[in-house]
Amino acid sequence: MTFAGTFAHDGFGTAESTFVVELDQFNGPFDLLLALIREEQVELVDIPVARIAEQFLARIGTLGLGSAAEYLDLAARLVRIKAQMLLPRREGDDEWDDPRTELVRRLLEYQQIREIVDVLEHRGESRRNRFARGYLPPERVAEPAPATLSLGELLAAVDRVMRLVSRPDVHDVVPRALDVDGAIALVRAVLAARSRARWGDVVRHGAEPWEILSALLALLELARRGEVRLRQPEPFSTLHISRDTAGEAA
Amino acid sequence: MTPLAKLLEAALFASDRPLPPAELRALDGGATLGGISAALDELREHYDREEHGVELVEVAGGWQILTRSEYTEAIERAQLAARPQRLSAAALETLAIIAYRQPVGRAEVEEIRGVSVGGVLKQLLERGLIDIVGRSEGIGRPLLYGTTRAFLEQFALRHLEELPRADELAIALRASPAAN
Repeated sequence: MTFAGTFAHDGFGTAESTFVVELDQFNGPFDLLLALIREEQVELVDIPVARIAEQFLARIGTLGLGSAAEYLDLAARLVRIKAQMLLPRREGDDEWDDPRTELVRRLLEYQQIREIVDVLEHRGESRRNRFARGYLPPERVAEPAPATLSLGELLAAVDRVMRLVSRPDVHDVVPRALDVDGAIALVRAVLAARSRARWGDVVRHGAEPWEILSALLALLELARRGEVRLRQPEPFSTLHISRDTAGEAA
Repeated sequence: MTPLAKLLEAALFASDRPLPPAELRALDGGATLGGISAALDELREHYDREEHGVELVEVAGGWQILTRSEYTEAIERAQLAARPQRLSAAALETLAIIAYRQPVGRAEVEEIRGVSVGGVLKQLLERGLIDIVGRSEGIGRPLLYGTTRAFLEQFALRHLEELPRADELAIALRASPAAN
């Protein structure tokens, strides 16, 4: 049987387990044990427990499963059965309970499930290869984007910002330092007078682009420090600035 | 084709899910279930005989027109439709146990598989292949799981009885030493 990819010991690597065992070949301790029994070509109902137990331990060591509880649990059980098999028993003792009985029952049960898996896999593959009408593969759930914008919306936003600028004419680009500290002082001064303000209160009409950028960086910096709280009800609506009382208390 | 077979073909073409004979009967007040069944056979044979690109398949207690498997690759390559993701071996094992033991609790599934199955159960629930069908009377009243109609559909099963019976499997539980 071939499957794409690798499997975690519980199939999908859940958050609840602290570690994930990646295995290409085995779907659990019974699967591994059955594989060993097949390799050794011994009868399921007459398992040479001592030999199989040793190989099981060796194999989980090489597979790096020595700390996987499920594999260790079965390893411990094998060792216990091995010990029970060594206990002396009288010749012709009909009362003797084979210590392997429970293990064999579970292995048979598991092997039966593997058989059903083969049936399901075969049928599932046959159905997978036929499309029904209007078949749509289940949609992958994507993280919602922060804001979905068209180019028009973006240009309109730039236009709204630039309308505040005094001279929106083409000019030479010269490096000009931003004055974030000055803008921070301005925002603090505005918020000292009243607890709430808007974008228009911290950026004067006709401001230069560097002043607008300084104000934006100042607001982001103050928000990061926990001094102010910024809220924009929807994309491109005016920015609401308020004192972060929680931040002050801290 | 008989008029009834053509009528069924139109309805099955229009439907996005398998239609059971009882529902198809609503198409023609005079039709009996036997008549519907005969017309379905006629339609299926028509598709097979005339070598159509689609075929009529019985799934989950209903009938559905499906594309023939030889065209899957071409359809997928042209990105007109995509096959659903394959289930992992762990998911199939869990599904097999639930299909046979339902209603069954998580502990019993874990007992048989020998591993924890919390993540697999969650994924199977999300894919709609199993559902919570009740609570056990045992300690803590654990949830019990069963397979769904979507399970039958995805594995092209008419009904659960179509899965091999336990005594039909090469290794039957009743032959185990514990059952004597």
